[in-house]
Amino acid sequence: MENPPAIVEIRDLSKAYYRGNQVVPVLHDISFDIIEGEFLALMGPSGSGKSTLLNLIAGIDEPDSGTIKVGGVDITALPETELARWRAVHVGFIFQFYNLIPVLTAFENVELPLILTPLTRKERKEHVEMALRVVNLTDRMDHYPGQLSGGQQQRVAIARAIVTDPTILVADEPTGDLDRVSAEEIMDLIDRLNHESGKTIIMVTHDPRAARKAHVIRHLDKGYLNDASPQDTL
Amino acid sequence: MMLLLKILFKNALRHKLRTGLTILSIAIAMLAFGLLRTVIDAWHAGVEASSASRLVTRNSISIIFPLPLSYKDKIRQVDGVSTVSYGNWFGGIYIDEKNFFANFAVEPKTYLDLYPEYVLRPEEQNDFLRDRKSFIAGKKLAAKYGWKIGDVITLKGTIFPGNWEFVLRGIYRGRYSGTDESQFLFHWDYLNEMMKKTAPGRADQVGFYMIGTKNPDISTQVALSIDRAFQNSLAETLTETEKAFQMGFVSMSDAIITVIQLVSFVVIVIILAVVANTMAMTGRERTAEYSTFKALGFGTRHIAGLIFGESLTITMAGCTAGMIATFPAAAAFAKAMGTFFPVFNVDADTLYLDIVFSLIVGLLAAVVPTYRSLKTGIADGLRTVE
Ligand SMILES: Nc1ncnc2c1ncn2[C@@H]1O[C@H](COP(=O)(O)OP(=O)(O)O)[C@@H](O)[C@H]1O
Ligand SMILES: [Mg+2]
Repeated sequence: MENPPAIVEIRDLSKAYYRGNQVVPVLHDISFDIIEGEFLALMGPSGSGKSTLLNLIAGIDEPDSGTIKVGGVDITALPETELARWRAVHVGFIFQFYNLIPVLTAFENVELPLILTPLTRKERKEHVEMALRVVNLTDRMDHYPGQLSGGQQQRVAIARAIVTDPTILVADEPTGDLDRVSAEEIMDLIDRLNHESGKTIIMVTHDPRAARKAHVIRHLDKGYLNDASPQDTL
Repeated sequence: MMLLLKILFKNALRHKLRTGLTILSIAIAMLAFGLLRTVIDAWHAGVEASSASRLVTRNSISIIFPLPLSYKDKIRQVDGVSTVSYGNWFGGIYIDEKNFFANFAVEPKTYLDLYPEYVLRPEEQNDFLRDRKSFIAGKKLAAKYGWKIGDVITLKGTIFPGNWEFVLRGIYRGRYSGTDESQFLFHWDYLNEMMKKTAPGRADQVGFYMIGTKNPDISTQVALSIDRAFQNSLAETLTETEKAFQMGFVSMSDAIITVIQLVSFVVIVIILAVVANTMAMTGRERTAEYSTFKALGFGTRHIAGLIFGESLTITMAGCTAGMIATFPAAAAFAKAMGTFFPVFNVDADTLYLDIVFSLIVGLLAAVVPTYRSLKTGIADGLRTVE
């Protein structure tokens, strides 16, 4: 059996926070690969470093040592402006609290990342409408975030994350702020993105139900990575 | 781009009360600044309206001591002198002390020759010159008290006791926008005749000579010649250009002007603090939002553009409101102050200063929040939940 290509290669990643002269280690020598099309769930107790690891992979935080290659590019070596450009092209973000821009409509929120691309206005409109169709929210595109339920806001956020067709989707507790029904809807949606569009998804969660959809679950504990457990052994 | 502009404007309106109060503060500050500048301008207008080709001769000891009328002929003989007029500060009060305006007893024919910027209709000028108990008033002064040609006006003398009646024979208008239209001028002969009757010791004395020179370039030379002519005489003279003479008056109030100037700048500093505080508050509240922009790939110039744009939008809105309000406020102020400031106009320079200072305030107020949101790490910024 041939090894499928790794889209993300993490090597010897370490990070600590410094509070005054006190060092708080968060991640210890993390190394693993994420295969293209993989749906990875990062689990572990609160404070174990899940978000920190996800932020490093998404290029919004810097490690103390180690490298992260995404699609062959070592993002830990990129200067800030290039890293920003890299994120705009390669990363789709889904946050626990949706992080929509409250003064923009659903449509405009989804359009936001596209204004950094050379797309024309008309092309942008087509992309936005397509993304909203995927999350099944075309009827709410003129609503402001404040006029939408939590589940609907998260769907808008997912549309914003996929509208640029990024290389990886990162989701930090995407169902953490939702009721059970909405959470299931969101998980189905994320699962569909993985299945139907083959998106590589890295999701932080401590909800076992949410993790059930993942192919691979990795456990973090106090900054140490335990071996990956394939889904069927769970 | 349009989307970012929309965000910028909508951000400015997010806290309507806070933004409203900030804009109001800026408007009031700009209004105060504008009025203070206008007061300063009005103060200096008197100086600017005066001509460099006119000389004023007074007693060298002090303006309050008179000069003999007999100097007139001697001055006329000085080289370079074209016209000699003379007069007294009368200091009369109209009904009430509150109604302050300058009133002078002057030799009318020569005085009007020296002031071509006081424009009178020819028949009014003739009537005035013919009637020794008459006076002329500036348009502004006449309008203020509703005087009409033929009205008899009584001034209560302070320096020259008694009630003095004058008939209004002419209303002049100013040739230039800076011309003083609030003068009250009457016949010096009328004053002198009364003095001859009631206080002979004060007769044939003038407070000042107003002298026209053939050419403004020789004014300084002529002034020296005049003063030399009266050296070692009973009353020595001091001659200076009308401009310098006015400056002397103005400089008495220099300290006040300096204070007003200072206050006008303090107003700007205070408003900078207000706007900076508003922007710092909004900046802090939007930490997570700006971090989201950055996570999506937006860079320094986008974030800076949003914050600076919002700050400038708020300050310029306040500035515009303040500038618009300055005009009616200045008009009301001028009305309340009456003829104290003969010329009280909002200068274009004042408006430019309003705009310049508002821009500076808007830019400075955005510096700290921009710096702070750029310095905050994206991951840290996203963790702050509002
Ligand atoms: N900016 C920071 N400064 C100091 N400590 C931090 C900071 N961010 C996170 N930490 C600490 O790092 C550890 C891991 O945090 P995080 O990655 O958010 O954990 P998780 O997402 O697994 O709950 C925690 O102990 C947290 O307190
Ligand atoms: Mg976390």
